[in-house]
Amino acid sequence: MTATARSTDVCALDALVPERGAAALVDGVQVALFRLADDTVLAVQNRDPFAGANVVARGIVGSLGDTPTVTSPMHKQVWDLRTGECLDTGGKTPKDASPDLATWRVDVRDGRVVVAPR
Amino acid sequence: MHTSPPPALGRVVVVGAGMVAHRLVAGLLDRAPGDGWHVTVVGDEPWVPYDRVHLSELLTADRTPADLALEPGVWEDPRTTLITGDAVDKLDRDAQTVTTRSGVVLPYDQLVLATGSWAWTPRTEGTDLPGVFRYRTLTDLDELRDWVADRSAVLGRPLRGAVVGGGVLGLEAAAALQHLGASATVVEFADHLMNVQLDAGGGEALRVLVDGLGIDVRTMTGCTGLAAADDGAVATMRLSTDDEIPADVVVFSTGVRPRDRLARESGLAIGERGGVVIGASCRTSDPAIWAIGECASFEGECTGLVAPGNAMADVVVDRLLGGPRLYTPAPEGTKLKGVGIDAASFGDVLALTPGALEVTFTDPVARTYRKLVVSDDARTLLGGVFVGDAALYPQLRPMLGRPLGADPSAFLAPEGGAPEPGADLPDDVVVCSCTNVTAGTVREAVTEHGCTTVGEVKACTKAGTVCGSCVPVVTKIVNAQLEASGIEVSRAMCEHFAMPRAELYALVAAGALRTFSEIVAAHGTGRGCAVCKPVVASILSSLRAGHVLEREHAGLQDTNDHVMANLQKDGTYSVIPRVPGGEITPEKLVALGEVAAEFGLYTRITGAQRIGMFGARIDQLPAIWQRLIDAGFESGQAYGKSLRAVKSCVGSAWCRFGVRDSVGMGILLENRYRGLRTPHKFKVGVSGCARECAEARGKDVGVIATAGGWNVYVGGNGGANPRHADLLAEDLTDEALVAVIDRFLALYVRRGDRLQRTAPFVAEYPGGIEALRAVVVDDSEGIATELEADIAAHVDDYRDEWAAALEDPDKLDRFTAFVNAPGSHDPDLRYTPLRGQVRPAEPGEVAHHDPRVARTLTLEVTR
Repeated sequence: MTATARSTDVCALDALVPERGAAALVDGVQVALFRLADDTVLAVQNRDPFAGANVVARGIVGSLGDTPTVTSPMHKQVWDLRTGECLDTGGKTPKDASPDLATWRVDVRDGRVVVAPR
Repeated sequence: MHTSPPPALGRVVVVGAGMVAHRLVAGLLDRAPGDGWHVTVVGDEPWVPYDRVHLSELLTADRTPADLALEPGVWEDPRTTLITGDAVDKLDRDAQTVTTRSGVVLPYDQLVLATGSWAWTPRTEGTDLPGVFRYRTLTDLDELRDWVADRSAVLGRPLRGAVVGGGVLGLEAAAALQHLGASATVVEFADHLMNVQLDAGGGEALRVLVDGLGIDVRTMTGCTGLAAADDGAVATMRLSTDDEIPADVVVFSTGVRPRDRLARESGLAIGERGGVVIGASCRTSDPAIWAIGECASFEGECTGLVAPGNAMADVVVDRLLGGPRLYTPAPEGTKLKGVGIDAASFGDVLALTPGALEVTFTDPVARTYRKLVVSDDARTLLGGVFVGDAALYPQLRPMLGRPLGADPSAFLAPEGGAPEPGADLPDDVVVCSCTNVTAGTVREAVTEHGCTTVGEVKACTKAGTVCGSCVPVVTKIVNAQLEASGIEVSRAMCEHFAMPRAELYALVAAGALRTFSEIVAAHGTGRGCAVCKPVVASILSSLRAGHVLEREHAGLQDTNDHVMANLQKDGTYSVIPRVPGGEITPEKLVALGEVAAEFGLYTRITGAQRIGMFGARIDQLPAIWQRLIDAGFESGQAYGKSLRAVKSCVGSAWCRFGVRDSVGMGILLENRYRGLRTPHKFKVGVSGCARECAEARGKDVGVIATAGGWNVYVGGNGGANPRHADLLAEDLTDEALVAVIDRFLALYVRRGDRLQRTAPFVAEYPGGIEALRAVVVDDSEGIATELEADIAAHVDDYRDEWAAALEDPDKLDRFTAFVNAPGSHDPDLRYTPLRGQVRPAEPGEVAHHDPRVARTLTLEVTR
């Protein structure tokens, strides 16, 4: 399977609570979707690379300066929701190879949330 | 269903019932096919296989033989037979049978020798006297304990003990003698203690520390004989120095020898230094006979540790099932235990590797000795010795044979530095025991590395990053250091709110603000974060601004509050219904059991007199809670910064000492404060008399019955920083008690800092407990009515959060695992068996996605 930009219609925008995450299955991968206060939707991997559990969608959404962030509900690592970059490791080493989260492209079209690989 | 056994298996007989024999049987049960084979284990000790490694705890930690027994469940399996108290006496390799001392003949298809070692004693005069012991078996230790008790009764004084052998076991024996009330002298023939594991420098450092325990150490000294008292029991020991020392009890710990008699007599190949010769397959010179553990000689060496024995057992299991596994000796380390002194080593301790370099750090003040052995280019770690402080041992041992990645001296040198003015803890005090970070290191993060917040210090030093219990201490040190360095300590909660919690609480209350957006617009910036959002949620909840799951509050909550359950390591949750005062009907107990069994939840009694059920998936929570609510339960807020539980003793209803109805008062208080959101969690205890069985003074609010009424204590804590609660008021009536607790809790809600438990709240209250008493009891500020009204409003407003959630389909949306696949759930969750229940599986472990199936699986073989 090649990484052609196959997009997945995941859900209605209204199914997402502003500033609260939701998990979705995209091509069998667990993705965490976040609807920000301005109705932008961002998508990162749901697996917490530090905890090794699928919980990123359950973290608290916030901001660090102008950067939208999510904080791990497990041990409070902080990631940039736009790039997936880990902004605060809390001094820990990830179980996975990278502390960063993979990201997906999200389009909101006609009130639907559509996710595609980058 | 019957599966035919593979040709290798059949009748397996294991000679010896020690730790490695147990490992082998557990491995077979785990991996061998269901039926058609049988394993018989014969051991001469009268016990089921037990944990010999922790044998000393029998004497030093009040453990019982049952505590030390290795998972006895394996002996209940019909495919296993355990014969104890009967040794194998003869081996007939032609007939493929073994015969026990009592005459039982056991035919075998596969024979495994796991006979272990015997404790060698020098042929010295008097070693057979009463009062002379070995230190190897449960029976040895049992007899030793009895001897010390009986003999000191006979002599009418504490015993004077002597241990021959200054190795790991000898030191353990000396510590055990002291624990039993005897004195101890350790006699060691070599020039230093633990001479097999330590170098001379480490041995000397260890001698100083052992000496400090009051144990007399004599190195380069042998025992040349023992002499008896008039009644025939041992009384004195003669030494090679021509000294004579008193010895009412003597322990020989002078090494072990492989038990290979059976193998010798039956003509199996024996190693030069003893032991049954095995190859990497653990097979002996007879293809039907295997040997594992300390009786086996691999490449001319017998091991004295359990880990290689376990590895051999795993090899034999694999081989018996037709597998290709080979035994490869892994480098092992040794750590002294049960003596109260750190001493550990691994690898090439004596730097015998050609070109090896030694980097040593000795601190006679801190009484530590640390040495690393590295390759000639100082890059690769070859070995290490740690005495007095072995914190580096677990960190460095895994790096054996690998590049160190830094200058070796950097690992050994203390962080050091002169004490800073205004700071309480000396620099060398370890403040974070998980990561072994000292107060000095924390200060240095501020002074040397420019950290200005606790978060930065945590990232810089790793302190507080494991269990987190030291964060309050670290915070104090950091703040003191920042002040000392002339840096203004920020009182800001985070970048979004510039004030501490108590100020924000007052602002929100005064402004009657109801949502996060209103609050951040009025008093903060940005969109909040994981620090301030839960604080705002708590404040709004304390001010009764609606259900925790109301749409505008939902995004503020920690996942625990959001799904009203407590997140566990694998992403599932625990479910802990309220059991007010710890009182529960049999019917409700049955209901809990039924729910736990139906959903496959791991179940245990929590520390707060409740029943915790673990492993509930997010999508299962509503169904589980519907069942619990139908059975009469409600949320226990075990997930919230709120009242956890009110612990009570049984009280006057049943107890013959009880003065008042502590359970009744416990239920009253629990039902009054349930659901109240506070700066941090809080716990309450009620004891029915001064015996204090509810341990109420270890709680945030403690209530103790007296002849005149109730005494109330506040600010107690267990956990990492135990603190007894302070007496607030005495001899109160029921009504007065409730009023005082109402006021105290309402004040704590108003003035407590973020995540501040009542212990520091009380300890740091301006003016101390007297000032607090003036406000709460004597109403010096004239706010008592307000404070009571706060709680009265909470009581009126209380509604079970779970019942409310289940009535509202909107609130149930969040319990779907995937927004685009509502019926499915996290496919990565897997469970492995644990003592008849389950726990989350680690990669590579025997596992199943359904915990109800997982609990029936047999244990994993490899570690």
